[in-house]
Amino acid sequence: MSAGPGPAHEHVSDAGGKCAGCGVGARKEGSDICHTCFTDAQAREVASRGRAKGDGLVGALKKGITATNPVFILFLGLCPTLAVSTSIDNAVGMSAAVMSVLIGSNIIIASVRKWVPDIVRIPIFIVIIATFVTIIDLSMQAFVPPLSRALGIYVPLITVNCIILGRAEAYASKNSVKGSLYDAIGIGFGFLAAILLVSTIRQTLGTGMIEVFGARIAEVPGLVDYPMAIFILPMGAFLVISLLLATFRYLGVMKCE
Amino acid sequence: MSNLISIFIGLALINNFVVARFLGLCPFFGVSKKLENALMMGIAVTIVMVLASIVTWFLLYGILKPYDIEYMNNTLYILVIAALVQIVEMWIKRTNVPVYNAFGIYLPLITTNCAVLGITFINATEAYDLIESVVAASGGGVGFTLVLAMMSGIRERIELADVPRCFRGMPVAFLVAMILGLLFFGFKGMV
Repeated sequence: MSAGPGPAHEHVSDAGGKCAGCGVGARKEGSDICHTCFTDAQAREVASRGRAKGDGLVGALKKGITATNPVFILFLGLCPTLAVSTSIDNAVGMSAAVMSVLIGSNIIIASVRKWVPDIVRIPIFIVIIATFVTIIDLSMQAFVPPLSRALGIYVPLITVNCIILGRAEAYASKNSVKGSLYDAIGIGFGFLAAILLVSTIRQTLGTGMIEVFGARIAEVPGLVDYPMAIFILPMGAFLVISLLLATFRYLGVMKCE
Repeated sequence: MSNLISIFIGLALINNFVVARFLGLCPFFGVSKKLENALMMGIAVTIVMVLASIVTWFLLYGILKPYDIEYMNNTLYILVIAALVQIVEMWIKRTNVPVYNAFGIYLPLITTNCAVLGITFINATEAYDLIESVVAASGGGVGFTLVLAMMSGIRERIELADVPRCFRGMPVAFLVAMILGLLFFGFKGMV
């Protein structure tokens, strides 16, 4: 079947208060088409945007890191980004956990999407996500106990991380398993990029050195002896995110309001 | 008694849910544009937090621990919170329509609020007894409401201020959150 514009939409000029798209619905405020036509057009536009950038893994990765970056563009999953970005180790561990849960839940939700009734979909999604979180939490406790201790309650709290439920609701419940897998990987890497950026800045300024998994990579002369401890403290996270957002807007990566 | 007071102050002020533990950030940035909405959201979250603490305490020490299935806690807690939110919503709808109209839109959001799931895990890891759990939950809720109300008051003023173009909206909200964080950091060492 061709990806046509759905039902036959004929232009009706001078339709008075009627929609210019289908000629049946009432006009949407400030527009000449009805609500249904408007959402249809929006959905088509979003779909074509996805196609233009490539539907494959590379396209999903590009989109996840830039256009739909979960942290900086969508403002999802702020709790873990702010809370565990005190060191690069924690950031990598957290994004690995989030990505595993995201991939697992996206695959399962995409495969059962046809049998899930619409009314109870959110509870079902949450239970699927909670199951994967339990698996990851127990695995981390067993295989990397120090990391598990450092992340603390933020690992079980992945259950209520808006990124995962958001992707389940917005993408996996409507698309194929393969597409959902790519979407999960793209969004997962977007989260990794964001949290890595924040944690690198916080760790460098807050401790004066870059240390990854016990190996000291670089030291900032002067800062090592007198680190700016505020960046390791909770309010440093707010400061870094605020300045990063403003910088992105100043450089034109994102739009100003 | 002094133990309970220190738990309350510890969760309300020193380790504040929003600015020190980063729990419940979505409503903090989302619903904090008007003082009235912020207060409503804060009260609703506090009520659900207290109820969730009581129910999960009984589940943890009545079912999960005796049968040694504590690994189920995550799944069970989130289901309990979802059910609880639904019940509170229906109960308010039945008994008090004006209150329902005021609270209604916030209640479904609470299910995925990390503050509620967070307090159940904090209660479990700190091994609080029932009364301590309730005090901890109300302390966390009061701290959450306090910060949400402060933030909304500040944001109402920011609307009128001449903020640099690139800082408008979220960046300036994050800066305000940072200053609030500094403020609450001053309570360190109180207990």
